[in-house]
Amino acid sequence: MSASGVARPRAGRGRALIAAERMNGFIDGLFRTQAALVYAFLYLPIVVVVVFAFNANRLATIWTGFTTDWFGIALNDAVVTKSLGNSAIIAFTNAILATTFGTMAALGLQRVGKRTRQGYDVLTYISIIVPEIVIALATLVFFASTFDVVNPVLAGLTGGGKGAFKLGFGQFTIIAAHVLFNTSLVLLLVRARLSGMDRTLVEASQDLFATPWRTFRQITFPQLLPAIVAGFLLSFTFSFDDYVITSFVTGPGSTTLPIYIFGQVKRGVSPETNAVATMVLAFTVGMLLIGQAVLAWQGRRSGSRNGSMANIVTER
Amino acid sequence: MTTSLTPDAATASLAGSAGARAVARATTGVADETTPDVEIVDVTKRFGAVTAVDRMRLSISRGEFYSLLGPSGCGKTTTLRMIAGFEQPTEGEIFLDGKPIAGIPPYRRNVNTVFQHYALFPHMDVARNVGYGLRQRKVAKVEEARRVGEALALVRLAGYERRRTWEMSGGQQQRVALARALVNHPTVLLLDEPLGALDLKLRKEMQLELKALQREVGITFVYVTHDQEEALTMSDVIVVMRDGRIQQQGDPTELYECPTNRFVADFLGSSNFIAATVEGVDASSRTATVRSDRGLVLRGTVTDPAAAIAAGDAVTVATRPERLEVRPDDGAAPGAAPGWTELAGRIRQGTYLGDHSEYRVVTDLAGELIVRRQNTVGAGSALGGGPGDPVVVRWHETANLILVG
Repeated sequence: MSASGVARPRAGRGRALIAAERMNGFIDGLFRTQAALVYAFLYLPIVVVVVFAFNANRLATIWTGFTTDWFGIALNDAVVTKSLGNSAIIAFTNAILATTFGTMAALGLQRVGKRTRQGYDVLTYISIIVPEIVIALATLVFFASTFDVVNPVLAGLTGGGKGAFKLGFGQFTIIAAHVLFNTSLVLLLVRARLSGMDRTLVEASQDLFATPWRTFRQITFPQLLPAIVAGFLLSFTFSFDDYVITSFVTGPGSTTLPIYIFGQVKRGVSPETNAVATMVLAFTVGMLLIGQAVLAWQGRRSGSRNGSMANIVTER
Repeated sequence: MTTSLTPDAATASLAGSAGARAVARATTGVADETTPDVEIVDVTKRFGAVTAVDRMRLSISRGEFYSLLGPSGCGKTTTLRMIAGFEQPTEGEIFLDGKPIAGIPPYRRNVNTVFQHYALFPHMDVARNVGYGLRQRKVAKVEEARRVGEALALVRLAGYERRRTWEMSGGQQQRVALARALVNHPTVLLLDEPLGALDLKLRKEMQLELKALQREVGITFVYVTHDQEEALTMSDVIVVMRDGRIQQQGDPTELYECPTNRFVADFLGSSNFIAATVEGVDASSRTATVRSDRGLVLRGTVTDPAAAIAAGDAVTVATRPERLEVRPDDGAAPGAAPGWTELAGRIRQGTYLGDHSEYRVVTDLAGELIVRRQNTVGAGSALGGGPGDPVVVRWHETANLILVG
């Protein structure tokens, strides 16, 4: 009797423990389910697009069989290849310009006074924070009014005939608009790396007889390279898939891929569109992997533990 | 004449390059063997309202190991950076090899630095790090490889050419940094607390190694440290600094045995201080008799040769803890031998420190005294007893250092 009297409260505690564990298990399960749902919501649509790119049926939503025909059709479609080409040219030119300007700005801002730097910081953040639609509208208004002023003058200078030189919307305006916000992005990336860089490396280089230019070439630039590569890749993809700004400043003959796809979707999703989207996805993921590989290689070379894009921004 | 000897040929070999450099110097006619390598003349450096270095005057002789010793903020690193060229003096002039170097950028000074955290270039392997300075000076590739190999052998890292610097241990990185500087045969090698990041045992090893290396290559070393033991171990000359001013300079023995002011006596090792007033001065032996505030009469040596003291002046008597002896009070009649001071007191605290024990003894006439006792016969040499036990402390008058100020 006395034994059971002692055992009972212990059993009670045991039951309470089991109940608490069950409760924990239940909450655990809830979190797991929620996480799974979030990921499903994020990635299932992409999976659907990729899967239906291989659908034999003309109607994109009914699965009838596997085929790779749509890829061939898409690649033989002159409109698709033209817009793909446009996008590539624009994204590449933009990436080169934005990386150059952004890096130069980051290096320059290191040498100016605190006041000036803070002023530029505000402008940089504004160009990233301001909604894209506002930048798009502002850019459109700017170009339109500039052309209104400049074109009559140009017409006067070149005779005003049929072959007269005239500014208008097209690849040039798209590139200009993209470079604008991508420069800020590169600037932030490179500056983060620059401020995380060991300053004594520069002093050590000077101490070992290297002139300022040689110090930049042999020490500073290699140290910044991961951030510059990351900036290049990011501005390439940001430009490649930009719709809002591009749609405002685009002109005849300069349709980019996002604009083409959006136009297609208005007439219903076709497997051909899915195939194009899948190719773009593959290309983007490929770029990302190459970027990661370059950074990891650079990271190994520069001794930092882990060279990922996130690290470049946060590493100090 | 020896004028055909080019400086390059003279510096071709690293070991013994000091002698060779002297030949090179003689040919240039700018400086000779008696010219100090570095001469700092009335240099002041201000950062805004802060004066980091205050009217400093220092002459660093050729081939010697100099240490700038002082607490953080004493101006020792700023001095080093002015010699390297990273800072320009606000006032005064620095001469390197007899030539003024104001306005000459770091990359045109024949001075190299070993940085506190080594500052090895992470994107280069060991050989490319060490050969960096040579490449900037357009030394031929074959010559570069040869000299890099030589320098690495000198720091006992032969065969490490292709290693990544960040894969190496702290001590090895330290050696790479040393080789990278030495390979250029600088007039002066500057070292900014280079052993600070190493653990104690490795640090002690590297201290001896550095000193041996310096003797071997014969290059002038200027070593910045806040660690007095480090300075005592390696230096030919220690320069003690405080608040941008030189407090005292001299060889380690001189500085430890004969500190000329209270700061030096306290910073280098530790000391007991007794405030006193001068009663009489013997100018010929530079000794003085003083009376402490509590009436204890002591005789001691006036350490500062420049000090002019007279009866009535306030002074401080410093004694080193290891010069004091302590024994249990056996009740014998107090009566000191001539020249000895004997005081009764009570232990306030005794600390066993392995090789020695340290006792804080409170005396009536001299306040609290720290006494260090070597544990020569194991635990048997411990004084025994505990706080409050009566003891007798005694010391000879040769231990008394009379400091002005």
